[in-house]
Amino acid sequence: MPSSDHIVTSFDQEITSLNEMIARMGGQVEAGFADAIEALTKRNSETANRTIARDVEVDQLEEAINDAVINMLVRRQPMADDLRFVFSALKIAGDLERIGDHAKNIAKRAVTLNSLPRIEPAGSIPRMGRAVQRRIKDVLDAFNERNATKAMAVWESDTEIDNMYNSLFRETLTYMAEDPRSITGCTHLLFIAKNIERIGDHATNIAEVAYFLITGEKIEGGRPRGDLDETSSYTTPTERTDARA
Amino acid sequence: MSLAETEAAPPDQAGQAVSAVKAPKMTARDANVHYGDAHALKHVDLDIGTNEVTSLIGPSGCGKSTFLRCLNRMNDVIDGCRVAGDIRLDEEDIYHPSLDVVQLRARVGMVFQKPNPFPKSIYENVVYGPRIHGMTNSKADMDEIVESSLRRAGLWDEAKDRLEQPGTGLSGGQQQRLCIARAIAVNPEVILMDEPCSALDPIATSRIEELIDELRQNFTIVIVTHSMQQAARVSQRTAFFHLGLLVEVGPTEEIFTNPKDKRTQDYITGRFG
Repeated sequence: MPSSDHIVTSFDQEITSLNEMIARMGGQVEAGFADAIEALTKRNSETANRTIARDVEVDQLEEAINDAVINMLVRRQPMADDLRFVFSALKIAGDLERIGDHAKNIAKRAVTLNSLPRIEPAGSIPRMGRAVQRRIKDVLDAFNERNATKAMAVWESDTEIDNMYNSLFRETLTYMAEDPRSITGCTHLLFIAKNIERIGDHATNIAEVAYFLITGEKIEGGRPRGDLDETSSYTTPTERTDARA
Repeated sequence: MSLAETEAAPPDQAGQAVSAVKAPKMTARDANVHYGDAHALKHVDLDIGTNEVTSLIGPSGCGKSTFLRCLNRMNDVIDGCRVAGDIRLDEEDIYHPSLDVVQLRARVGMVFQKPNPFPKSIYENVVYGPRIHGMTNSKADMDEIVESSLRRAGLWDEAKDRLEQPGTGLSGGQQQRLCIARAIAVNPEVILMDEPCSALDPIATSRIEELIDELRQNFTIVIVTHSMQQAARVSQRTAFFHLGLLVEVGPTEEIFTNPKDKRTQDYITGRFG
C-alpha cells in the first residue's frame, strides 16, 4: 500500500518499486529462515544449502534498496510520509539483511549438526523458530498494510521469544553438564538459539520503524525484554553442587 | 480527501491552529484581509516567537504574503485592502489609530523578493533609513552604522572599498545583502522577508540563509518562501497557509516529518493537484 498521487508520477513509480523491493526481500528472508529451521529439524543439509544460496540475493536486494533510497533522497527530497517511507525502507532493508545473515548462520550450523548424533534440546528449536517466523510475517504484514496496531503487537511480543531462549539456554546447559560428549552439538545449538533470538530482535526493530512510518511517532517506553540477568547469572548443576561443597 | 472537499471546511475549524510560542514578539488573532470582495486571509491566529525564524509556506495565493504584509501594515497602501483583527508587536496593537506607521516600519523592517537597492551609492543606501528616521546626523555615526550594518549583512569585505559606487552595480546576491543591511541599519526588532532568495543563485542563497541564521541572534525573522527545503533549513517554526487559512503551524522538523493535517502533507510532499 504505497503512498500515491504525487504530481510527479515518476516519483510514485519509484515509491512503488521501492515498496516491491522490500516485499521481495521480506519474502526471501522469510523463506530462508523457514528453510534454515527445517534443515535443522528434518536434518536436511540440502535445505540448508538453499538458505545459504538465497542469502546472496538478499544481500543484492539490500544494495538495490540502498541505491534507490539515495537516489530518491537526492532527486526527490522527500518530505513527511514520503520521508518516513524512504527512511524506513533503508532501516528495514538493514534489519532484513541481518535476519538473512542469521538465517545463513543457522543453516551452516545445521549442516554441522546434521553430521553429529541427534541431541535432545534441538526439539525446542522448532517451537522458538515458529514463534519468530510468525513475528517476521506479522511485522512484514504490518508494514505492507500500514497497520500500526499490528506493528505494536509484534513489538510487545518480544518477551515471549526471550523467555523461550532463556529456557532453551538452561535446558542445553543441563544437557551438557549431564553428558559432556554433547558439548560440541549443544554449543552449535546455543549459537543457533541465539541467532533465532537475534532475528526476533530485528523483527522488533522493524516493528518500531513500521510504527514510526505509519504514525510519525516513536513507540513510547522501553523495549519489552525477557529477564536476561537470569541467564547470565545461571549456574550449571555442577557449579551449584560445587558451591554447596 | 481532495482539495475541493477541504475548501468547504469551516474557517473556525481550519483556522484554529494556534501556535504555542513562549513570549511571542508578535501575535495575530482573528486576522482577516479583504481585497475588495475577496476574502484573502481568513481568521488567522499566529504567534511569532522572539529571536526565532518563522517561515510561511503555501501555494501561490494562499495568503502567506498577505499575512506577512499585515505585520508592518504594508497592506495599508493597497487600494481596496481592508485588514481586520488584532495584530500586536510586544503586546501593542499595531493597528491602533494613535500608532505611528513610519515608526512601526522602523521596528518591523522588510526585505523583498527582488533586490531593490535605491539608485544611490552603497553608503547612501545603508544610511537612508537612519537619516529619514533622524537617528543621527553625524558623519562618524553614519560611518559606524554603515560598517556595522554591512558587516552584519556579510557584505562589508566585498563593499568596503566601493562604498561610493552605486548599489545597483553589485551582483544580485550582493544587492540582496545590501537590502538586508539597509533594513537592519535602523535597528529593527523584526525583519520580514518575502521570498528573499527566489531571484538568487544557490551560492548567493546559501549566503543569505547563513546570514538569516546569524541575524536570528538579534532579530525576529518572518520569511515567506516557496522553497520547502529553504523553510526546513532556516526556520524554527513553519506555518502552512492554504486558501487564506492558516492550516497548520508547528516546529519545523515536525511539520516536515509528521504534519498533522492532510492538506499540509499533500502540499509538502507534492500531491497538490
